[in-house]
Amino acid sequence: MVEPVIELAQLTKKYGDFTAVNKLDLSIRPGEIFGLLGPNGAGKTTTILMMLGLTEPDSGTATVCGVDATRNPMQVKRRVGYMPDDVGFYEDRSGLDNLIYTARLNLIPEKEARERALELLKRVGLEAAAHKKVGAYSRGMRQRLGLADVLIKKPEVIILDEPTLGIDPEGVRELLVLIRDLSRNEGLTVLLSSHHLHQVQQICDRVGIFVRGQLIAVGDLDELTRQLETKANYKVEMDLAGWSPELEEALKRIDTVIEVGLTESDALTGGAAPANASAAGGKYVTVRVISGSDVTPQLASTVVGHGASLYGLRPVRYGLDDIYHRYFEGGESRERVD
Amino acid sequence: MSAWIEKLRTSWTGLLRSRSDGRSPAKAETQSGSRTLSPFWVMVQKEFGDHIRSWRFIILLSIVTLACIGSIYAAVTALKNGTNSANNSNNSSIGETFLFLRMFTESDGSLPNFLTFLSFLAPLIGIALGFDAVNSERNKGTLSRLMSQPIYRDDFLVAKFVAGLLLIAVVIFSLGFLVMGMGLFTIGFPPTPEEFWRVFVALVITTIYVGMWLNLSIFFSVRFRQSATSALSGIAVWIFFLVFYGMIVNLIGNLTLPGDLTDSKAYIDQQNNLLLLSRLSPAYLFQEAASTLLLPDVRTLNPFITQDQAYLAVNAPLSFGQSLLLIWPQVTAIVAETALVFAASYVTFMRQEIRSRS
Repeated sequence: MVEPVIELAQLTKKYGDFTAVNKLDLSIRPGEIFGLLGPNGAGKTTTILMMLGLTEPDSGTATVCGVDATRNPMQVKRRVGYMPDDVGFYEDRSGLDNLIYTARLNLIPEKEARERALELLKRVGLEAAAHKKVGAYSRGMRQRLGLADVLIKKPEVIILDEPTLGIDPEGVRELLVLIRDLSRNEGLTVLLSSHHLHQVQQICDRVGIFVRGQLIAVGDLDELTRQLETKANYKVEMDLAGWSPELEEALKRIDTVIEVGLTESDALTGGAAPANASAAGGKYVTVRVISGSDVTPQLASTVVGHGASLYGLRPVRYGLDDIYHRYFEGGESRERVD
Repeated sequence: MSAWIEKLRTSWTGLLRSRSDGRSPAKAETQSGSRTLSPFWVMVQKEFGDHIRSWRFIILLSIVTLACIGSIYAAVTALKNGTNSANNSNNSSIGETFLFLRMFTESDGSLPNFLTFLSFLAPLIGIALGFDAVNSERNKGTLSRLMSQPIYRDDFLVAKFVAGLLLIAVVIFSLGFLVMGMGLFTIGFPPTPEEFWRVFVALVITTIYVGMWLNLSIFFSVRFRQSATSALSGIAVWIFFLVFYGMIVNLIGNLTLPGDLTDSKAYIDQQNNLLLLSRLSPAYLFQEAASTLLLPDVRTLNPFITQDQAYLAVNAPLSFGQSLLLIWPQVTAIVAETALVFAASYVTFMRQEIRSRS
């Protein structure tokens, strides 16, 4: 077992009566991309601030690169790059100047700082805007500048708080590719916090789901999926025309079927059937069937046997989305997956 | 407190060393380069640059410069119209001896003199340079980014103050010397070394005084999240001390006037208390200190309470050393007030949690 880069032990932070972070244990291995997932206000940022020694924990320890972050924040800050959410720059200075300033605060001599800044700007695709004032940068450009800013001190670990917030999908993709390349090619450990599941799903080696100050699940995607699938379940979605109550009954009669319900094809709601789905949906409705075993062939034959037309049939795998949803939807459902 | 002084010292010696023999400063660990400034001085440099480039500073500077030119014009006209104006008719010898100093204190009545202008406008420079020092960084989201760099938290605050103070010193001294030069040019009367040192020390005291206002506005900028609130509070305090404080002290004076005016002991006690109250105001302290330096015939800062005192007082200017001795408590008090305000902002800042834009 390799020595973890970031190790949190029983970390607790309270604001008055409110517990922002509650007895958090977490260890992050070198070279991995770890995604800290959680809704707004879950305590992600507070946890990150404690890792950097910017906030003192009420109890517990945060060890980063083998250094106690609360006691020796300076040593931690030298080795860790942190990009806050909604990163800000000196607007009336150019991007290059901003980077050089950061570099010089890290005791990099000015000449070297300039070279490194230019190189990094090129790498994040901002070389054309290097001498433009940051005030004129777009959101995505700022975010990329933020990444360059984090990298200029040659950190061992980078912590990105909501790095994809407010940028367009293409920008997100570019940023994530950049982050992944950094991690793979230079062995950087990356911790990123987000509430954007899909993005995190794409690049994270492991994710931790963080709700109300508690880490309720950690693991890679497969592990989390398995945790969810222990109870059931096969889940199949069908697009079909000619939906009728009789068909519903017939489907329910199939062995091991637990639940049959209409659903919106966009899967925004977690399985509850909207009353007007068939009326508004136009050509066909989407039916979700949950069963204890794989009954896909029976479903297909039942549907066809009732004279309905089957447009689509697909097994539903648990994505991070569902995992996320399951964990967040309330106390009892969380106990279920435990 | 001693911790950051120590740190200041190491960074200062580090700076000196890096300047003198090209070795890296004490804190610079094993960085390859030779001329790495400590982060503290990098911040000071950056703040200083920001101030100089800002519109706010240019506007302020032009206001103050105009005021100074106006006052010097008024002073020169007054001097030309006759050296024996009303306020020094009783001791014309002093007027002639310290002709050069009178440029700073004389006026033909159309405009206030240089000293009045300075004591009125200088706090404004301090407030303007400091009111958004911390909260603007917080609102722009640069504070949390900065704090995640390997810098000490107090260095950030001290850097803000030092950069502002340096700039204030540059402005005050250039204005002072500008006035001296222009005076030299127009009246053609060279200053004696004593006069020069008197002006010089007066400028140093002005710098300290403005530094106090700078500190106060930095305190407000730490305390209040909105820069408008902090600017308004700074200006409110400024106006309070400049306008209302004297009135309030007068009011208290009238209320506490002893019933029996022949009881000289009670009367003197009451006057002393009032003076003490006035001297809580930094503006009053500065006024006393600066006028003592620029008007050598001020022999005491306590008013004559009895006829005898006024009658028996020696009527001759003080030497420079004696004037300095006279204002020493005032200067100490201003420095102490500065330190108090700084301590307040330091404590407030160290206790705050730094989050992005919140």
